[in-house]
Amino acid sequence: MTVKGKAFKYGNDVDTDVIIPARHLTSADPSHLAAHCMEDIDPSFVDDVKEGDIMVGGKNFGCGSSREHAPIAIKASGISLVIADSFARIFYRNAINVGLPIMESPEAASAIGKGDEVEADFDTGMIRDLTTGQTFTAKPFPVFIKKIIDAGGLVEYTKQKSEDR
Amino acid sequence: MGMTMTQKILADHAGLSEVAAGDLIEAGLDKVLGNDVTTPPAIKVFGEMGASRVFDKDRVILVPDHFTPNKDIKSAELTKCMRCFARGQDITHYYELGQKGMGIEHVIIPDNGLVFPGDAVIGADSHTCTYGALGAFATGVGSTDLACALVSGSTWFKVPEAVRVILTGRPGPYVTGKDIILHLIGMIGVDGALYKSLEFTGDGVKHLSMDQRLTISNMAIECGAKNGIFPVDDITVEYIKKTDPERFTRGDYKVYEPDEDADYSAEIRIDLDGVPLTVALPHLPSNTRPASDVKDMKIDQVVIGSCTNGREEDIRIAAELFAGRKVADGIRCIIIPGSQRVYRKALDEGWLEVFDDAGCVISTPTCGPCLGGHMGILAEGERCVSTTNRNFVGRMGHVRSEVILAGVPVAVASAVMGRVAVPGELKEA
Repeated sequence: MTVKGKAFKYGNDVDTDVIIPARHLTSADPSHLAAHCMEDIDPSFVDDVKEGDIMVGGKNFGCGSSREHAPIAIKASGISLVIADSFARIFYRNAINVGLPIMESPEAASAIGKGDEVEADFDTGMIRDLTTGQTFTAKPFPVFIKKIIDAGGLVEYTKQKSEDR
Repeated sequence: MGMTMTQKILADHAGLSEVAAGDLIEAGLDKVLGNDVTTPPAIKVFGEMGASRVFDKDRVILVPDHFTPNKDIKSAELTKCMRCFARGQDITHYYELGQKGMGIEHVIIPDNGLVFPGDAVIGADSHTCTYGALGAFATGVGSTDLACALVSGSTWFKVPEAVRVILTGRPGPYVTGKDIILHLIGMIGVDGALYKSLEFTGDGVKHLSMDQRLTISNMAIECGAKNGIFPVDDITVEYIKKTDPERFTRGDYKVYEPDEDADYSAEIRIDLDGVPLTVALPHLPSNTRPASDVKDMKIDQVVIGSCTNGREEDIRIAAELFAGRKVADGIRCIIIPGSQRVYRKALDEGWLEVFDDAGCVISTPTCGPCLGGHMGILAEGERCVSTTNRNFVGRMGHVRSEVILAGVPVAVASAVMGRVAVPGELKEA
């Protein structure tokens, strides 16, 4: 599967409190969360983001709390993929579980510029910066994680597994 | 190749004789935990999966603590959702407000004897890693993982590599577990142990009380760690003997030790004698300084509490330092005992009177201001010295407010001086 969109670029250690501040956690409704996504570090994000756009972060993306509301907010805002140098571990699990595509590529995370047009292929791990012409390869997922992604998230995976038994 | 303490616990819970870093395993769980923010989304997923009963009503722990007592109608609905689920499923360990044993999840769960050495625990809260202090494996997950574990009593893990943290020497006056963990995070950064275990060891461990160890393990997540685990020693045994005497007598727990040839990806040595009273300046827990280097920083508020520093020893130390002293003019100091038991202890010991005389406000147990929920939110431009665990942008309120993380003695000294301060500056009371 291929996605294409404009890059929103952030730095290292983007924490879950800035992805979705706790004051908005009184509801887990995706559209409510999307309306406040990134507001404390990028107030115009919500207005500027378009369906299919791509978020790029540095090291340790999604550090902090276990709130699954964070990947849900990003996904519901229209973002089709998050590329980062590395992901914090709970965010990594949560993103896989809720079906927010993520890719780890230190090279892409560093080279892609704000507003660049980016294309990525989940099956091959290829990331292409269409603005600069550079290409990158993301780290492949372990087979087990790929199975969860292919199933459409942990719930679907668990359902399929219980049906197989 | 030998195994680390964490790897041994995971191997046993996965029914395997051996595991190695990087293995993906499915492990059985002794306890599964959720709170008022993370459980309602899990309940939704639980329903979508067509589940009707939790795997074991005695091994699920549900704690309303984040936005409780409910701060508004929406948070009341969240708590109601969890309460109805707990009643419907007849959950043994559901803690209603005011009930004996209630309070902040990571304060009450060890205190109520719900985790013992060798247990494997997940919780839909990032600070679930707190229970590593007891020699258990404990880590945080999200709501979907919680939902699946509520059904199956198990979850998948990638077996982590480990960083060995060797503690030597003895902490100086007023240096607490908080200073030690902030010092470590300052050394290695907020992703310094990403995906890894922190395994604490060394002669220095014996100088750390259980409450100090709980503080250290609690903040393992703040350097990206999966868990932060301590060896089991006499201090651990004395602690669990008190928290659940029956389970202790049954011997229903297991002490794990790392193999001599266990593989550690890194080794860090910390001489506790050299750890200064430490603060973390905005906006990362790794932005540490000796507290005495930033004494010119003015403040507006002090918060003493949270799952990091709301335990009995924390509140006792605060009372000892506040005795005969006053909160500086223009400063608000909010004291939040971490549990109903700690609150009662503070009442019985006269600590609440000390706080009241000093001009502090005393709150019911709640996570409240730590995550910017309620009970002490900051306005634009305000700065708070807080014994909580995160100082991210907007964490405690306005996007242009600031949180300085500190241990209890520095927090009390700061409240009295009206700026960042250390206990040595306080005049004789």
